[in-house]
Amino acid sequence: MKNRFVFRKSILLIFLFSFSFFLFGLSISPAQEMGVPVAAPISAPQPPDPPMNVVAKDAPNDNGHAIVVKWSLSADDGKGKNNVLSYEIWRSDNPDTGFVLRGLVPAGTSQYLDRGAREKEEENYFPPHKNFYYQIKAKSDISFSESEVSAPAYAYGQWIHTGKLSILFATAVFTFFVLLFINWAKKGKKLYVRPIAGIDAVDEAIGRATEMGRPILYILGLGSAGELGTIASLTILNRVAKKTAEYQTPLLVPVSDPVVLTVAQEAVKAGYYEAGRPDTYKEDSVWYITSMQFAYVSAVNGLMLREKTATNIYMGVFYAESLLLAETGNVAGSIQISGTDQVAQIPFFVAATDYTLIGEELYAASAYLGKEPLLLGAIKAQDWGKILIMISLIIGAIAASFHLDFIVNLFRIKL
Amino acid sequence: MRWQIPLLIVLIGGVFMAVQYFVPLEFSERIYEYCVDWVIIVGVFAMGLGLWSLFRVSVGKIQTKAQGWGYNFITLGGLFGMILLGLFSGIEEGKQFMNLFWYIYTPIQSSMFALLAFYVASAAYRAFRARTLVSTILLLTAVVIMLRLIPLGPVSGLNQTVASWILTVPNMAAKRAIAMGIGLGGIATALKVVLGIERSYMGKE
Repeated sequence: MKNRFVFRKSILLIFLFSFSFFLFGLSISPAQEMGVPVAAPISAPQPPDPPMNVVAKDAPNDNGHAIVVKWSLSADDGKGKNNVLSYEIWRSDNPDTGFVLRGLVPAGTSQYLDRGAREKEEENYFPPHKNFYYQIKAKSDISFSESEVSAPAYAYGQWIHTGKLSILFATAVFTFFVLLFINWAKKGKKLYVRPIAGIDAVDEAIGRATEMGRPILYILGLGSAGELGTIASLTILNRVAKKTAEYQTPLLVPVSDPVVLTVAQEAVKAGYYEAGRPDTYKEDSVWYITSMQFAYVSAVNGLMLREKTATNIYMGVFYAESLLLAETGNVAGSIQISGTDQVAQIPFFVAATDYTLIGEELYAASAYLGKEPLLLGAIKAQDWGKILIMISLIIGAIAASFHLDFIVNLFRIKL
Repeated sequence: MRWQIPLLIVLIGGVFMAVQYFVPLEFSERIYEYCVDWVIIVGVFAMGLGLWSLFRVSVGKIQTKAQGWGYNFITLGGLFGMILLGLFSGIEEGKQFMNLFWYIYTPIQSSMFALLAFYVASAAYRAFRARTLVSTILLLTAVVIMLRLIPLGPVSGLNQTVASWILTVPNMAAKRAIAMGIGLGGIATALKVVLGIERSYMGKE
């Protein structure tokens, strides 16, 4: 009886043991049975959520060969599944015939400027007044999702650059002042303009050269004839030429630009005519040397030292040559008057020359020297322009301090 | 008419250039580019005039044996030598033309530029002599600005702060004021030229 009980108990234990092994076997994979490390289960690639609200519009303030595309970021860009790596911008003139890739921007970007070439012959030509559709693809590392196709948009040029309206307004106001004061000057109203030491010194310097019997050297700088600094210098040259003609003092004008050469010759000739001494004008007193910066400097420096010029006048656009010229003139013992609109060169001229016309004084110099009422009207307008700028600065500073953005934006320029 | 037509061209050109700046349309761009091309064409023809001027002045000095006439001889030699080499030997890299440019002209130009270092020192010596209160302030300011590039131990931090303030506040304010004045002066000059009030650049009437 006892053996029979033991036998049954053994059968039951074997059965339970086998059953538990069976259950355990169901719960493990073959890889685990072989002792191989187990990876997490591989799920199907999850594409990011698509970008939304794709809007295409003509790019503002341009020549009509660009469209701006904007969209709302994918819900998985920086959050959610956080798997967006980039956005592709696709374009088509007919969505049914497929899209062409136009650009790629990194995740987090929700705008793209689709700009093309202006010329039809160019590969990237962007035709104006032609409808285009846009689609944005949000890309992860292994998959992507597409936005809906945008409404059609076409590019066209604008008649006015709205980002420059503040410049237009300021220029119009200043032009009004210039014309107003010129008109007053025409009517004979006496305009007071403050004296400038550097300009007063020109007469003195010409007189000194006359007494010493040495020439005056006039340098127009390295600017081209199209630069305002050079144009201002040419008008000063005319006034200086007139005075040197009156005093019968030789004038030397070596130039570095062939176009400036022809204009300078005319300006000097006009000065001699105005002085009533056209017979004393020498065409070779204005001559071309070279357009190469340091070759020009070495030629002019040699001229200063050989001719022992009594007065050197530097007016116009100058670069690194400013100090090389002015220091050599100082060694030669010349009186030196300088003026430039190049802010970086002003300290060199201040340090090395006797008188310096700073910035706007260069533009005012010809009017001072000519003492013509019409020209003095423009100087008066410059002074009023400065007053307006100071008022604008104060208003702007107060507006920025109190976060009055609508006032700050009036001054903003968007190029 | 001899003066009216050029003045009219200046007026139309000046007004167009001013308007063009505010009109981004394609035709506005094209006319602007067309005008700029003309500037290049005029420049090329003017180069001939410039070379003729250089030739005439140099020959005149050689003929009269003026002071330093030897330099004019070298100038003409260099001018015609380079033209002939360029025409007959070519201007590609490795040719005599480019060899002269790289191994003669460029080192000479660099030497001229290097002189600037000595001239800065001599000009600075004169400018920074403490003779008046203003020049003394200038000297002290220059010392602070220059010393910011040198490690000064515990004083470095303070010096950097002061130098940075000088550069970004008073220095920047002065630069901007000058720039604004230049802007106004530029517009005034342009208006005078465009309106024909300033016409001395056109020669004698």
